Formats: sequence, structure tokens, C-alpha cells
Amino acid sequence: MRGVRTRLPAMLLVGLVLAAVIVLVAVAGPILWQARADALTGDIRQGPSGAHWLGTDALGRDVFWRTVVATRSTIEMAVAATAIAAALGTFLGAMIVSAGPAVRTLGDRVIDLLLSFPPIIIALTFTAILSPGRASVVGAIGLAFCPQFARLTNRLALSVQERDYVTVARLLGVGRFRVVTRHVVPNIAPPLLVLTSVGFATSVVTVSGLSFLGLSVQPPSYDWGSLLASGLRNLYDNPGEAFGPAAAILVTGLAAGLVGDGLVRHMDPRGTSRPHRAVRRSADPPTAGDASRAGGAAPVASVRDLSIRRPDGRELVHGISLTVDAGEIVGIVGESGSGKSLTALALARLLPRELEWSAAHLNVNGVDLADPAKAPPARLATELGIVFQDPSSSFNPALRIGTQLTEVLRVHAKMSRRQAHALAVSRLAETRVSSPELRMRQYPHELSGGMRQRAMIAAAMLPEPKLIIADEPTTALDVTVQADVLRLLKQINTTHGTAILLISHDIGVVSSLCDRICVMYAGRVVEELSVEDLRRRDVRHPYTRALLAASPDTASERDGARLVPLPGRAPAAEDQGPGCSFAPRCPLAVPVCTEIVPPLVAEPSGNAVACHVETAAAEVRS
Amino acid sequence: MATTAAGAPAVRRGLARRVAGSPWAGYLARRLGGVVAVLAFLIVVTFMIVRWVPGDPARQIVGLTAGEEQVRQVRERLGLTEPLWRQFGTYLRGLAHGDLGTSFTTGQPVSSMLSQRLPLTVELAMSALVIVLVVAIPLGTAVGVAQQRGRARVATSSFGVGASVIGAMPEYIAGTVLVYVFALTLRWLPVQGGSGPTAMILPALSIAIAPAAVLTRLVRNETAAVLSQDYITMAMSKRLSNTRLLLRHVVPNVVTSTLTLGGLILVALLGGTVVAENVFNMPGAGAEIVHAIVRRDYPEVQGIILVLGLVAVLINLIVDVTLGLLDPRVLTGARS
Ligand code: SF4
Repeated sequence: MRGVRTRLPAMLLVGLVLAAVIVLVAVAGPILWQARADALTGDIRQGPSGAHWLGTDALGRDVFWRTVVATRSTIEMAVAATAIAAALGTFLGAMIVSAGPAVRTLGDRVIDLLLSFPPIIIALTFTAILSPGRASVVGAIGLAFCPQFARLTNRLALSVQERDYVTVARLLGVGRFRVVTRHVVPNIAPPLLVLTSVGFATSVVTVSGLSFLGLSVQPPSYDWGSLLASGLRNLYDNPGEAFGPAAAILVTGLAAGLVGDGLVRHMDPRGTSRPHRAVRRSADPPTAGDASRAGGAAPVASVRDLSIRRPDGRELVHGISLTVDAGEIVGIVGESGSGKSLTALALARLLPRELEWSAAHLNVNGVDLADPAKAPPARLATELGIVFQDPSSSFNPALRIGTQLTEVLRVHAKMSRRQAHALAVSRLAETRVSSPELRMRQYPHELSGGMRQRAMIAAAMLPEPKLIIADEPTTALDVTVQADVLRLLKQINTTHGTAILLISHDIGVVSSLCDRICVMYAGRVVEELSVEDLRRRDVRHPYTRALLAASPDTASERDGARLVPLPGRAPAAEDQGPGCSFAPRCPLAVPVCTEIVPPLVAEPSGNAVACHVETAAAEVRS
Repeated sequence: MATTAAGAPAVRRGLARRVAGSPWAGYLARRLGGVVAVLAFLIVVTFMIVRWVPGDPARQIVGLTAGEEQVRQVRERLGLTEPLWRQFGTYLRGLAHGDLGTSFTTGQPVSSMLSQRLPLTVELAMSALVIVLVVAIPLGTAVGVAQQRGRARVATSSFGVGASVIGAMPEYIAGTVLVYVFALTLRWLPVQGGSGPTAMILPALSIAIAPAAVLTRLVRNETAAVLSQDYITMAMSKRLSNTRLLLRHVVPNVVTSTLTLGGLILVALLGGTVVAENVFNMPGAGAEIVHAIVRRDYPEVQGIILVLGLVAVLINLIVDVTLGLLDPRVLTGARS
């Protein structure tokens, strides 16, 4: 990442150029133009003109040149104040870190305390002690901003100290102070540099502010702040007199701010230019096979020819089809990136906005989802329950469990608070959440992980949906509670007849729970089969076989304790070739595999497989 | 807050225990401990202001030309002749009775000067606070949501630049611009002084503009962060109306994370009042402290810093309690 960005960000460049100009003016100003700035003329309080670009002040002096000459005074003070703040703050912060734990705690507290006061009030206090004047203002501002440097140093140094090389240095008996100067400081310098430029911007503003208040330079000396104060008094006669110093302060602050922001961007790899992605629409033929079984009761969910595309046009899911019958548990299994979760999200109409999708048919329990306008929110919310992957992040941390559980019932089923509450409590009890009344009043962080997932299942169950989509419901959980949650899903399926679409990367989980399994690979269904066949290891597709061999739950006796990990990795959407996407990893691949996408071909058993070699073999068999 | 009125029998039984064991007890105890520490610090610092003055503060007050006798009198009035710990005792006793000493320049008790001037300062800070919150929270949320949905791209992408430019504008420049535009050019509002709500508008705005811009950007970032959270997907699965989704699930979380980061911005408003009162010639405590510093009126400086410090402490405490109310996780430290 370093190598990619040798170019400085434009922001930083503009900031540095501006800063250089300002420094130049600060150095040259008093040498070249002092006479012009101090020349008294008869034209007092004149507005801007060709002779006096920003007009004149109450004594007829040229405002533009006074502003230019004042640059040095202000910049000197701001630089000095920033230097004091940075040096003292960094030193204190480093001292606190390298001191013992008692001093460290105390130091932290004191820094917190100082940070809780506005810096200008701290600066005023010091100015009062040191009596008004240039030097005391510089000192006061330096002291007022030093807690911020101390805090940053402190934080950064602590995080560096926990790294290995510091521990090693300490084990080797390197002294505390030396550890800080040799190992810690070089690692924390860049963020401190950013704070220094931000601190400089603030110093310019505060230095000018105190001088504006009349606490800093005393006449006949002047700086931007005192010029602005006099400009405010003459604002009616010559607005230019205030404009000059105001613009100077703003531009200087802006330059320092740009340098600071630019440095942040320069050091942070995120947020700069994104990697360029080629835009090319893939021209896959639609997969021919539709493995949905004809006849029987209307399915609770059916998807036909679902495609999902990224904003750049890359297809992530290539025209897949899927059905879930009433009361059935269907599993979708595949590696991450296989499109299984996207398929589930599309079925729930929860795809991220930036993804485009299209489908010939997308239907949940008779609600047509393919046309967003026709999907009534109340039916969607009540006929489709969703169990999300990570229960610790999927409950809103700021709301009580009860509020979140009853929300759908109250909003969509128009239930009274009491009714909804009673129903939620009974569901929590059914999902074996202990003391449900108490849980209802608790916040998510007060529940254990397994408890939260059971509460989530209860939430999904509450409106008695026909279908529950469970997206990796056990992945984020402790092994000890995983089986428990799966059993709970099974129990719901048997007692309420709720159909379940289970998404998992774990073929063991899927084979223990589901009636029918779809295996997905690189955005396509590659095999669809009944759980009996799966358990008998009677699978067709080489990928499914590889999955079986790689899972501890399903690896056969013959494989022994030795698992066979699948070599290579699933292709990213970018580098999918024209043929079977599994070809690069497939032990059976033949030349045709890299040229033509194998269609999903249904077998008489109801199973289906998308593989050239397997399909040919089946034809030979029959 | 941890106990709701709806009392099932089980709740009533455990009520007493739950109040005692409520996370609030520990949280408030910790916060109040912090407040006490800050107060002690404030008292010591304000007490030491005169004592830390380099050289002889009494001589500085009366000037170089004054006689020795005058210097001695001033020293006595400052209480500098006694041993330090006796001086501190006297200071503490005075504080306990609300006695902050007498102003050198006016001869009035500092406490009565404060009771005249502080209300204006507090009113000004509060008005600015209201402006900041009323602007930052809705605007920041709106920009964050628009950005996430890819709407109004030009407006949202130029927003960041605009916010940083405005956010870097100090009160005295904002004030000068406001006076020029609204008071001198458009003549909508009084220039300086005056009374009533219209006199408060420009000063409050001058303080509020920069923090409002900074806070709006912060709210925008927090909104974007909240919108990408899993619990928002879960809330979306409930197919709530956009309004309900925003008000119920997004805004509370945005407000908490914003307050956690932005509490300091609100405290800084107090510093802004000092400047704004001087720009607009308002008779508040902030204008007075500048005069007091110039005239070396140490009792007044002491009193005003003590009181402004107290207000800062109070704002911090209010922010902490609000955070606790909005996000129960801060009570137990489950969220750092
Ligand atoms: S189509 Fe070819 S590459 Fe793909 S799984 Fe079958 S044999 Fe392997």
C-alpha cells in the first residue's frame, strides 16, 4: 500500500504550498513593507480603492500592507505556542506512560480533567497569572493545548508498548526511558505530526483571539487579532479593515487544516482512490435447469432466474432458481463469496442498495417481491422471519429486548402493548430463554450470546411466519450452544410447520438439519440433493465431494481422522472464466469445462447437478 | 430508569435490591467522584492565581509609582501577608458562604457582580447550544442518510469541504461577518447591546456556527456508521416506515455516539461566549473577565474562572447523565 501512493494527495499539496507562501510573507513582510504599513496618510477610514486595496484605518494607514506585515507577529506566536504545546505535551505524555501504574492513573485523570475545560478558559487563567502581553499569551496557549498532546502521546505510546518488539526490548533490560525514546517515539511521530498541524491551526485562531480581546500585543505593535479588533470598530466605514486580517486568519487556519487532513489521508490507506475495476458485463447464458419440483402445494418461497450485480456490472449471482415448500427445511451451503447470503438477502428484499438484482420470479408465500411496489411491508414483515448471523450486533444496543421483540406485532399486526408483550414472553419461554419477563426489560448487552440468538429466533417466530430465513445462525456462537440453537430451529419447524431456509458454510450443520440441500459455488447452484443422499455420501458434484471430505462432521471413516482441505480458493467475481467456475480446483476437469458453463441438470430422483463429467456419466449409466 | 412502573409481582419483590444494585448507583458515584475532584482542582487553581503571579502582585496592581504604604495595603487586602495555609482556609470559608471577595476596581462583592453577569453568559451559551443541536443532528443525519442512499451526490460530497471551512471559523470572525451582513448591511438585527431575544441571535449564532459545522460532520459520520450496522438490517427486516426506522433505530444510536465524541465541542461553546460577549459588547461574565485581567482585578478573575469552570463541570455531568439515559451500556462500562 505504501508503494501505490508515492504521490502526495492534492489536499496536502495545496496545504503545503499555501503554508510555504504564508511563511515567506511572514519572513519577508516586515523587511520589505514595514514603511508602507506604518505610513500615515490623510485619507482616514477610506474604503478599498486602487491605491489602498483594503482601504485605510482610523489613522489613514494602509490595511492591506498592515495585514501583510502583521503576518510575522501572528505566525511567530502561533509557532511558539504550538512548539510549547507539542514539546511539553509529548514529554508529559511519555513520562506518564513510562512511569509506574499509580502515576499513570493519576496522570490520566489529570489530563482528562484538563481536557474537560475549554482551552480558551485555561489560556485566560494563565494570561491572568502572567499578566497580559505577547510572551504570556504564547505561554498560556502552549499550556492550554498541551493536554491534548499529552493525551495523544499517552494513547499511542500505550498501544505501541503492547507490541512485541517493545516487550522484547524491556525483557532485554533496556531502561524505561530508553524504551520510550528509542522504540516508542518513532512509532508515534506521524499522528503527532497531524495533531501538530491541527494544533497550529487552533493556535493561530486562539493567538489572534486573545489579541482581538486586547490581552496580547499592545499598541503600537499589532498582529492579525488586534487589526481585526480595530476593523470591527470601523466596520461601518471600511469593511475592508476587518476583511484583511479575517481572511488572513482563515486562510492560515485552512492551510494548516489541509496539511493535517492531507497527512491523515496520506498515512491512511483507506479513503483515497479506490482500486480501478474493469467494467464488463458477463454474458452468461441463463442456467437451464430449474430444479424446483412441479406439482404439490404452492411453495412458501420460490425464486427463478435470480441475478445479482455489483454497481460495476459484475454478476455475483448468476440466474439461480430455488424453491422452499411448506414445512420444508432447505439448506444452502457454500463457501463465503458463493452468493448464498446474497440469495437469502434478495429473498428477504434486504439487499444493500448498491446491488442491482433481477429475477423472473421472486415470491414469498404468494407475495410477489419482484415488483417492489407490490410488496406490502406488513405482509413481508409478518410472513417472513429472519434470524441473523451475529446476535451480538443484530439487536439494537440502545433498545430493550422487549421493545425490539414486540415492534413488528405493534406496528404491523396492530396489537396492543399488553397483548404483544404477553405473546413475546411466551415465545421467549418457548425458545428456552430463562426468566423471559426479566429479559424483556433488559438491554441486548445484558444477555449471553446463546441467549441473544434464542431471543432472535423468538423474534423471528413472533408473527407466526410461514418461512424463516436463518443466515449462518450458529456461526457467531460458542460451540457449546450451536447444537442447542439448531435443535431449537428443528423444534420450531416440527411444532409450527414453519419452513426454514438455512444458509451455512458448514455442510455438517446443513446435513444435520435440512431436508434438501442446495450447494452453491461462485454464484451458481451446482448441486441440489436430498439429505438422505447427502448423508449416504451419494453426491455427484466434485465440489460437494470436496466439501464432505473437508468437514469434520461428514468426513467418512475411510478418510480417517485426516480431513482433506479443499485446495485453492473460490474465484472472485472479477476472475471468473467462461466455463465451469470450479474448473481451476476440480480434479475431474476436462477441456470442455473451461469453455462452457455446465447447466444444472435434473435427475429422475429429484436431485440435480451441474457438471459436464457427471452428466455424461449419468447418461452412460442410463 | 432501570425500573419501570409496570410491576409484575416478581419485579416488586426485587425492587429494592434492583435500585441498590442498579448500574446507575455505580455510574453516578463514579461521575460524582470525578466532579468532586474537578471542583477541588478548580478551587486550588483559582486560589493560586494570585499566588502564582511572578514578582509582587500587589506592586503590579498599584503600579511602579505608588508608595510602599499603598503596596502594603493592597497586599493585606489580598490576604497575602498570612501563611499560605491560613490564606487557603480563609478562601475556603469565604467560598462556603458564597463570598468570593471584593472587586478592586468597583469595590463591589464579586458574587453580586457574578449574579448580575452570569445569567447572560449562561443564556448565551444555552442559545448557542440549542442552535448547534437543532442544526447538527437533523442536518448531519439527513446528509448521512442521503449519502448512504447515493442521493444528491454533488451536495453530499461538497458537504465535507464546506463543513471543514466553516468549522475552522473562529467566533470573532463569524461575529464580525454576522454584524456586517445582518446588522450593517441588511439592518435586520441590532448591532450591539440592545436587549430581548433579537439581541441574542447574532452573538449566539457567532458562537454556534463553527461547532455546528464540526458536529454536523460528526453526526454525518456517525449516521453512516450506524446505518451499516447489523441491527439496522435487522430493523429493516421489520419493514418499518422510514420515519420510524430513523427515529427509533438510527437517531438514538447516532446521538449517543455523537455525544461520546462531541461532548468537548459543547463545552467549548462556553469558551466561545467569552469572545462573543466582547465582540457584541454584552455585559456578561466573559466580557468582564477580560477587563478584570487587564486591570489585574484578581478577585474578579478568580471568581469568574471558578464559576465558568463550574459551568463546564456541569455541562460535562449533563452530557454523562444523558449518555447513561440513552445508552445503558455506558453505565456498566460495557461500551468504552
Ligand atoms: S464441469 Fe468440469 S470442472 Fe466443473 S465440476 Fe464438473 S468436471 Fe469439474
